[in-house]
Amino acid sequence: MSDLCHLSLVEQARRVAVGGATARELVDAHLARIDALDPRVHAFLHVDRDGARAAAEQIDARRSRGDKLGPLAGVPIGIKDVVVTKGQPTTAASRMLAGWTPPYDAAVVERLRAADAILIGKQNCDEFGMGSSTENSAQGPTRNPWDLERIPGGSSGGSAAAVAAGFCAASIGTDTGGSIRQPSSMCGVVGLKPTYGRVSRWGLIAYASSLDQIGPMTRTVEDAALLLELIAGHDPRDSTSLVDAVPKYRSKLTSGVVAGTKIGLPAEYFGDGIDPAVRAVLDRTISVMRDAGARFVSLSLPHTRLALPTYYLLACAEASSNLSRYDGIRYGQRVERKGASLADVYRDSRSAGFGAEVKRRIMLGTFALRAGYYDAYYRKAQQVRALIKRDFDEAFAQVDVLLTPTAPTAAFGIGETTTPMEMYLGDVFTLACNLAGLPGLSVPVGLTPAGLPVGAQLLGKPLDELTLLKAGRALEQRCELSPRWPDLGEVEGAS
Amino acid sequence: MAELTAHEVSEIAHLAMLTLSAEEAETMRLELSAILESMTALAAVDTSSVVPMTHAVPMDLRLRADVVEPSLPVEVALGAAPARAEDAFVVPVVISEA
Repeated sequence: MSDLCHLSLVEQARRVAVGGATARELVDAHLARIDALDPRVHAFLHVDRDGARAAAEQIDARRSRGDKLGPLAGVPIGIKDVVVTKGQPTTAASRMLAGWTPPYDAAVVERLRAADAILIGKQNCDEFGMGSSTENSAQGPTRNPWDLERIPGGSSGGSAAAVAAGFCAASIGTDTGGSIRQPSSMCGVVGLKPTYGRVSRWGLIAYASSLDQIGPMTRTVEDAALLLELIAGHDPRDSTSLVDAVPKYRSKLTSGVVAGTKIGLPAEYFGDGIDPAVRAVLDRTISVMRDAGARFVSLSLPHTRLALPTYYLLACAEASSNLSRYDGIRYGQRVERKGASLADVYRDSRSAGFGAEVKRRIMLGTFALRAGYYDAYYRKAQQVRALIKRDFDEAFAQVDVLLTPTAPTAAFGIGETTTPMEMYLGDVFTLACNLAGLPGLSVPVGLTPAGLPVGAQLLGKPLDELTLLKAGRALEQRCELSPRWPDLGEVEGAS
Repeated sequence: MAELTAHEVSEIAHLAMLTLSAEEAETMRLELSAILESMTALAAVDTSSVVPMTHAVPMDLRLRADVVEPSLPVEVALGAAPARAEDAFVVPVVISEA
């Protein structure tokens, strides 16, 4: 990876701050890399070349005048295409929103702009965040930079691939059932799903509102700490946004402290269904951490096996409601035959605009909410959700964090997974975290013999991102991938 | 859970404001039936004393101060409309003149 583009976000920001690089140099290096390599990876749906260059020049001019700059001045950041950006197209990777440019910025985008970050472009994902491979994008799949014949994970697959490939210093992803952590695991990057309510959802295109959360995807744990610190905090426009003060995660992230940390190993996450190569990497990680002074405790989360049906019932029920707003009237795709009624316009626009997985989830959710079925499905799932949360409460009375594999397998081949249930099983280790509203962090901890990254997932108590980040830092320092980054070839002009 | 019938799929599609081709409807019937089958595990769990969880984090409904703030200007709100006339979105005739 070329010099500037493989630096961490913290280091890129530091160089601009001290004059070691200009914002324009950073932006040009990343754009050269995107132009040379993204035709093969397809991480971006839109690259804002002119806007990024103009913003960089403004930052350089402000710096030369001696103006105070924000903490991310000049650093290129990519945004998953389900987060709205004023002036940049936002499609949720759906035909339904093709060509739409939002009239406002999401709260997280406002905060990034206030920090003087450069918003370099919009990243590919599964349509409306529904999927685990980025194959459900209406614009075609993203490819994994470690092996271009494989998926990058999903739904934030473009965001993970872009960070791994050095197309941006960091990405903003979203996670409803694992969509930050699972692709981070498969692309060898760090992905943090914060506590529900920690980051404002204002301007996030809603999939399942009681589960959706925005978070950072980065190349280092320190980068994730800094980015979380900048995007977290109360926002009155999101009624579920938490009022709790935001800690200075980055400065509190003391290096590699793990001695004495009590780490739970839930039996249900180490049973059947894990690929042996993933299991071997996790076993080695546990052994390394034990040598470093961590205390491991075996425990059980007995309702884990119910997380998958619970999640798909609740998420799809919420999706069927949230996606009812797409009707072809106020924005988005409209299909209108001659003589069509209003209901015809709704039906035709939705049927042409949504892809197969989105239709499947809307149908499943509509079924679960239907009169006469509500108690048996939706209410039942809400009750089981409470039991899943109770398991975690009991576990966290004994331990500081939980450690699990992020996903049962490394990245699989494009087109390899054929049935919806097969795909859903890939999320089996990440769903419970969203149901319980907990923070979760995926950190790369090794490669399989085939050279594919494997992530370890750390789950923490509500609002205890700091403990997760500290434990994640310890993992990162002791389990670095070798090679650290995929080899996509050198790029002329991107140094 | 028995398999969904073609009639049920058609009913759900109607409620969801979706039109499915015959082929799409049959694929949907088989896939939804398989997914619902995996959900039967929930029915076996005793939840008689469990309060349903509606929020990931316990919170009371908060109300903001009732203050008038600027909203999206009409011109901007209509900017992405597929069809508009003057200051309105255009829809097919809903109530026809007598």
